[in-house]
Amino acid sequence: MSIGPAQCEISLTVNGKPRTVRVYPMERLLDVLRHQLELTGAKEGCGEGECGSCSILMDGALVNSCLVPILQAQGANIVTVEGIADASALHRLQQSLLNCGGAQCGICTPGIVMAAYHLLRKNPQPSMDNIKEGLSGNLCRCTGYAQICEAVAEAAAHEAR
Amino acid sequence: MKTESIVGMPVPRKEGVEKVTGRARYIDDIVLPGMFYGATVRSSIPRGKIKKITFAAGVPWDEFVIVSAKDIPGANCVALIVDDQPCLADGIVNHREEPILLLAHSNRHVLPKAVNSVAIEYDPLPALFTMEESERQTRVIWGTDNTFKRFLVEKGDVDSVWGKADYIVEGEYKTGAQEQLYIENNGVIASFDRKKGITVWGSLQCPYYVHKALMKLLALPEDKVRVVQMETGGAFGGKEEYPSMIASHAALLAMKSGKPVKIVYDRMEDMAATTKRHPSRTRHRTAVTRDGKILGGEIDFVVDGGAYTTLSPVVLSRGTIHAGGPYYWPNIRISARAVATNVPPHGAFRGFGAPQSLFAMERHMDRIAATVGISPIEVRRRNFLKTGQTTTTEQTIQEPIDLDKLLNRALTYSDYHEKRQRFHKENVAATYKKGIGIATFLHGAGFTGSGERYLASVVGVEGCADGRVRVLVSSTEFGQGTKTVLCQIAAETLGLQYEDVDIAQADTEEVPNSGPTVASRTVMVVGKLVQSAARGIEQTLIASGFLTQEHSRKEFREACAKYASEHGEFKSWARYEAPPGIFWDDEKYRGEAYAAYAWAIYVAEVTVDVTTYSVTVDDFVALQEVGRVLHPVLARGQITGGVAQGIGFTLYEKVVWQEGRMQNAQMTNYIMPTSADLPPIRVYFEELGNVHGAFGAKGIGELPMDGPAPAIVNAIEDALGIGFDFIPLLPEDILEGVAAHSRVSDSHDSQGVR
Amino acid sequence: MRSDPANFELVAPGNLSAVISLMAKHPGEWTPIAGGTDLMVLYSAGKLTARKLVSLWNLPELRQIQVSDNEVVVGAGCTYTDLREHEVVVREFPLLASAACWTGGIANQNRGTLGGNIVNASPAADSLPALLVYEAEVILVSERGERRVKYVDFHTGYKQTLLALDELIRAVCLPRQFAGYISYSRKVGARNAQAISKVCVAALGRVADDVVADVRIAAGSVAPVPIRLRETEQLVKGKAMNASLVSQVREMARIEIHPIDDIRSTAAYRSAVLGNLVAGFLERLSAQIA
Repeated sequence: MSIGPAQCEISLTVNGKPRTVRVYPMERLLDVLRHQLELTGAKEGCGEGECGSCSILMDGALVNSCLVPILQAQGANIVTVEGIADASALHRLQQSLLNCGGAQCGICTPGIVMAAYHLLRKNPQPSMDNIKEGLSGNLCRCTGYAQICEAVAEAAAHEAR
Repeated sequence: MKTESIVGMPVPRKEGVEKVTGRARYIDDIVLPGMFYGATVRSSIPRGKIKKITFAAGVPWDEFVIVSAKDIPGANCVALIVDDQPCLADGIVNHREEPILLLAHSNRHVLPKAVNSVAIEYDPLPALFTMEESERQTRVIWGTDNTFKRFLVEKGDVDSVWGKADYIVEGEYKTGAQEQLYIENNGVIASFDRKKGITVWGSLQCPYYVHKALMKLLALPEDKVRVVQMETGGAFGGKEEYPSMIASHAALLAMKSGKPVKIVYDRMEDMAATTKRHPSRTRHRTAVTRDGKILGGEIDFVVDGGAYTTLSPVVLSRGTIHAGGPYYWPNIRISARAVATNVPPHGAFRGFGAPQSLFAMERHMDRIAATVGISPIEVRRRNFLKTGQTTTTEQTIQEPIDLDKLLNRALTYSDYHEKRQRFHKENVAATYKKGIGIATFLHGAGFTGSGERYLASVVGVEGCADGRVRVLVSSTEFGQGTKTVLCQIAAETLGLQYEDVDIAQADTEEVPNSGPTVASRTVMVVGKLVQSAARGIEQTLIASGFLTQEHSRKEFREACAKYASEHGEFKSWARYEAPPGIFWDDEKYRGEAYAAYAWAIYVAEVTVDVTTYSVTVDDFVALQEVGRVLHPVLARGQITGGVAQGIGFTLYEKVVWQEGRMQNAQMTNYIMPTSADLPPIRVYFEELGNVHGAFGAKGIGELPMDGPAPAIVNAIEDALGIGFDFIPLLPEDILEGVAAHSRVSDSHDSQGVR
Repeated sequence: MRSDPANFELVAPGNLSAVISLMAKHPGEWTPIAGGTDLMVLYSAGKLTARKLVSLWNLPELRQIQVSDNEVVVGAGCTYTDLREHEVVVREFPLLASAACWTGGIANQNRGTLGGNIVNASPAADSLPALLVYEAEVILVSERGERRVKYVDFHTGYKQTLLALDELIRAVCLPRQFAGYISYSRKVGARNAQAISKVCVAALGRVADDVVADVRIAAGSVAPVPIRLRETEQLVKGKAMNASLVSQVREMARIEIHPIDDIRSTAAYRSAVLGNLVAGFLERLSAQIA
């Protein structure tokens, strides 16, 4: 596909790999990840930055990718759920979510994983209140959050050993 | 007897790894070659005739596929119970957001502008927006009397009780609409092939509901319609009947264009246009003795069905049967109606009528207690159903349920008596008022009465060439654990390991109709059929001589592989048979309404902040008798999630209506609880078994929706001395209640309500 | 997603000078976008009228916090997370730090900026009452130069500001004169996290010689712009606290505000709760006096 008059080339690092996309500058990072880059882990739940299903890391910071125009991700280091563990193994957080029943329908789970991952990187020993705050931007309709928070606590305790 | 090693254990979720890695494929993750995207042009008025449709300039209409009612090959309806709901409006609209036209294009980004460029002129007709307006029938908008369905349940001789009563207690209780708010919006992809017919992949609960609807809409035979469920991001009833509508739309576009077509709603459209929980109004009039014993009473239960019938008769049915709660009513009359209004049709949402009528019953019990001068605990003890007694539909309680004992357990866990006393003392001086409240209730599992017999569910189990087995059901996974539990059941039945059992994708081309994934029936009813079908595989192998009755896992797998290599992969089927002794009279609405009831006691502890009038739930005890817990982590997850939705239903989730349209159709303004808003939800189980359920299980999916609202509102009354009889109850409502109460107190110079 | 990306332009010149040059060349044509937490929501909903946007995200000139002896200068491009994590802001301007904690969840705090919050000018914006009581000043910049205005003069009406068509907010200046003040803030939303405020209060007070020596009270979501409750402040200044004064103050606060009914709440609620919150603040002050 040739570059249309209003399109641009954006280069960014996604899950450790350099990627280049030809896009309109106002395409949402969420859509570029899901369509051009075929990383469908991040989901659209609301399109307004309320549900956190689209959460990813941009330059180490948790952001809602539905609110990021792709031009602002030029040169950025993006990490999605597909990038936090290699193909063969699960990240400790993912294992804990499985153990504790933290994923039911699974649609919020990639965003939850990223939010928890971000939390534990900033605060490896979070209290339950810290965990609740860290996840307060991620809506889950299935679990009532308890088993998700327990999973994050379990993962933190495991990493501490 | 063999001890179970899989059922009852927290085995890993079957599809868990896919979900935590983000590899699970939901419908919007799928792109088919040459796929178009579809969008819906919807009514902007609540009722009227369509006069003219104009396609504005500035849009390259020749690039679009456009579908109207005229393109429907079969019947223009979304087949369900009464086929009154059009798939596409044809000249008349009866609610805002009603679908009129469909558009498709290869570039999804051009659709919103195109939708906005279809100008529709209407001749508006006067519309009805409330139950009361509908009941008055000054205007008839549906049928002859705006009434989709009525029920009348009569037991004993109600008219005789009033004269004998020491007190007659009356109350009116209301519940509002509630949006299911699955985090994944509705979405489908449809593809049409002249030879194969129509295929629809979707986010849905009931593939065979969609299958039936498409057959009728497209005038296609059974084998030319195929429906496949994809990973589904939450449903809660919101994807029980609605997917037939969106699937129909995608199918019509696919047929007309010859291209696969994807329709995925955004959040605003999903909230405004799709189904919500039925709003309700319940009026109680109860004759009680001075000891608080119920002599009898009348319950009038009305639900708002919206513009078309959809599932309102069934919601009404369940609400009616649950209206009397877990109590003994020697005499009762329940009159129930589902009425029409000009709003998007309301539909299935976890609980399905029972949360509405049980809210009323449990608030009313506290009112009875206050009137008679006994505690909310005592009034319930004195009226609990006991083994051998009959329900409001004259079903005899056979199982050894002891609600008194169950209540004692809940009171201990919640520290109810100590806290209630302490709060009353401490509240006098505080700006934070604390209270504790209780709800006791039941929830019938499976389809009502003869429903399971009509469903005639069929389940298959397949023996595979690698010695493993596969479960074949149309029951779907959408987070509750269908795949996991049905595989546990099959594995346990056959003496296999959990890893030896797979479950097929819910594809109508491959799986039989095991009924819809609703009504808390999957583990109990379908699970039991899985057991039978599994035994059928076993019997086939034994009859063939490859296996003995007593066998090891290894022996089974070898026999299965051997048989499959000689005969090909083989299946065994099991069909539902009504258990003996289950009789239901559809005319009189009497008999065994449900094969099993789960029973529950919920206790809510709240703080009311008198500065901001906000209510926080500080602690929540959820104790339920569920037959048997087949998977402790999943079961706890169901209760916790359901209680969270119940807390939302009570304190946060308000649908703001204006002229028949939801005004707050975004997550910013329709408020569900975050992780920072919920109390510790302490879940406890009691297990009495259930002869009608797999491994003794009863259904639990909907039960947790019934208790939180009345427990919380009862707790608020305990805290403030002010009774509220409606939900949702927002701080603005509490402020009004407090202000009104202090005006009354001032003018009467009284000591307060209690 | 109701907008077509093909119909929008977004440029990121990468430095402040280039941005203001572009805005000077075409005044009013280019809408600045920082973290996008307001504009991208409109865009997704198909309601963004701007078609040409210029990115301020991560401009180094805008994303720094400078501490001097008498003031802290917060770059307009600082995010809420930047505010939450800055030691001096947290210690000396706790009302601003707590507002940053309440604004959205962590993901939105990592992108939302102080400048964006001010320019979006929602009366419900969380950080604005704090800026009023801290008597902030804002530095506005354009190719024509810089000017410094009192924040209290910045909002001229509902969603209207002093900004000229070619101007940006470069920084917010906070005077370091509030050591020893008691601070009080409360945001009342529909839930504990990720909620737009129904009413919020930010207040500072200083007690000396058994009287209220200084008091500043600001409120959001109760008028078309965030406001200082000046009459209420006058009632209290120089007085000793007592129950009847608290009662008068509650009444005065309610008179000073102009709340409305909207999709989130009612005028009656906002009014009652604002009165309660102000009374609560005074009770905290009086606890110091007692």
